[in-house]
Amino acid sequence: MFAYILKRLGLAILVALAVSMIAFLLLRLSGDPAIALAGEGARQADIELIRKTYGFDRPLPVQYVEWLGKTVRGDFGESVYFRSPAAPLIFSKLQTTMMLGVFALAFALFISVPLGVAAAVYRNSWIDRLCLALAVVGQALPNFFFALLLIMIFSIWLRWLPVSGSGTWQHFVMPTIALGYYAAPAFMRLIRAGMIEVLEADYIRTARAKGLPATQVIFKHALRNAVVPVVALAAVQLGFLLGGSVVVETIFALDGLGYLAYQSITFKDFPVMQNIVLLLSVTYVVLTLASDIANAWLDPRIRVA
Amino acid sequence: MASSMDVAAVAVEPGGLTTLAAPGLARRVWKNKAVVVGVGLLLLIVILGVFAPFFAPYDPYVQNLENRTVPPFWYDGGSWVHPLGTDPLGRDYLSRLFYGARISLLIGISVAIMSGLIGTTMGMLAGYFGGKTDLVVSFLVTTRLSMPVILVALATVALIGGSLWVVIMVLGLLKWDRFAVVMRSATQQVRSLDYVAAAQAAGASTPRVLLGEVLPNVLPHLIVVATLEAASAILLEAALSFLGLGVQPPLPSWGLMISEAKSYMFFSFWLIALPGAALAVLIFSINLAGDGLRDLLSPEGRA
Repeated sequence: MFAYILKRLGLAILVALAVSMIAFLLLRLSGDPAIALAGEGARQADIELIRKTYGFDRPLPVQYVEWLGKTVRGDFGESVYFRSPAAPLIFSKLQTTMMLGVFALAFALFISVPLGVAAAVYRNSWIDRLCLALAVVGQALPNFFFALLLIMIFSIWLRWLPVSGSGTWQHFVMPTIALGYYAAPAFMRLIRAGMIEVLEADYIRTARAKGLPATQVIFKHALRNAVVPVVALAAVQLGFLLGGSVVVETIFALDGLGYLAYQSITFKDFPVMQNIVLLLSVTYVVLTLASDIANAWLDPRIRVA
Repeated sequence: MASSMDVAAVAVEPGGLTTLAAPGLARRVWKNKAVVVGVGLLLLIVILGVFAPFFAPYDPYVQNLENRTVPPFWYDGGSWVHPLGTDPLGRDYLSRLFYGARISLLIGISVAIMSGLIGTTMGMLAGYFGGKTDLVVSFLVTTRLSMPVILVALATVALIGGSLWVVIMVLGLLKWDRFAVVMRSATQQVRSLDYVAAAQAAGASTPRVLLGEVLPNVLPHLIVVATLEAASAILLEAALSFLGLGVQPPLPSWGLMISEAKSYMFFSFWLIALPGAALAVLIFSINLAGDGLRDLLSPEGRA
């Protein structure tokens, strides 16, 4: 177990380093980062000044190492648009996005677990087919369009929820649904497949033969075992949800990391943008590391392989 | 190696090994209603898109400021002159929707081909050679998966400027991960089979074994992943264009049309509902065709 964790940790660190290199090089995509930072119509003297202050005139590896060193120590540079240090700005938005991600994940599980179990228990019946149809139709709706539909229904027609902004729990309802909805079909399929496999196992037959009530067999004996792979998927999905928060937070003007990412991209605020890309990617690396370790702990077969 | 990597590709679990020319394929296709509906809808959209100049009643770019936001025919004030109304610049909505199909289809096909080439090459090499090659490819896939596609795509488009070709290039260079994961495991399954060993023993070169023996036998998986990735690329383009960092006006991208109509949606809901529904039907038909294809090509589907 210890050797496995060590190996996995080593890989995670390597991936994080690779991600940091890509985030660093992203800014160089535009050609000259000094021109990009100075903005359109900047004078040559200003561009030269920026090049000197940011050290763009030095070799790339030197710049990278220095940038990484600063980033690791929590110095994310200065936000060009907000004219304040980038690190406090980014971390102040992190809580909203984390909350949204966890809510969305909880929402996805809340709808996919009952549906997945029902689909497996009543396999090949109309219930199963209805669940599958819901998943296929659900995945076909573009998430930004679904978000606009929610606004029309809950804010304009029913007047139950605020259109946009953040602050109260009501502001989180629609973003949670819009984001979590897309994670649900994958969970549903996984739970359905897992339940079908487990329900055919001998110990389920034994439990049934003992005369235990069906609900107890399904939820206590079967679901518990079918849910193991869901842990791994949950971590991966949470990572994807954090990425998806860019679109959803922007539509609902929910003041989190995703909205800040969108703002930094439209305002060409590169230091902020770069560090959000890095932060979200490293979060994903940490989440998958945690999920792999959790899985190895739950299922000893993985450790050996 | 990384179990989370395999889970990330959970939407496509490689079933078994099959060939496309399975006996009774035509009969099974007809029995599978989902495939018929999916392929039928998809064909309809392809025809409408390809022959848009023929079907579209108007030029999709011509503005008519005296004829702005005319509602579709079923609303009061609508008429058959503009069956689906006009947008806030007076452009015929039906014509724009037809031409928009071209953009979505072009994005889906080009991104699937581009990322398919990259991902399949990586996956097949990793699955065939194993060892260090496998480690390197797995590392690349894990790294790619840890960066949110939408965020990296937005940032890249913002840096180099948005256009149809930039969106295709960026998505094509980003979306190879699932191809690599699925092709890797499919190749691993095929690698040790007798006919591959026979080809190797007969002295066939490695490229020849890979292209002549392995590729035809992992092709079903490749096709299924390609449909899923095409659908996903179309949705991503729509999202990028919706956020203003994808296809640029005046091109009639469906995502861009929703974005342009967003501020009118409270009064003229149909302005966002129509392109939204068009996107949903396209994605639905691709997914249906892909799902059905997977059932048909996996051994269990033959029962």
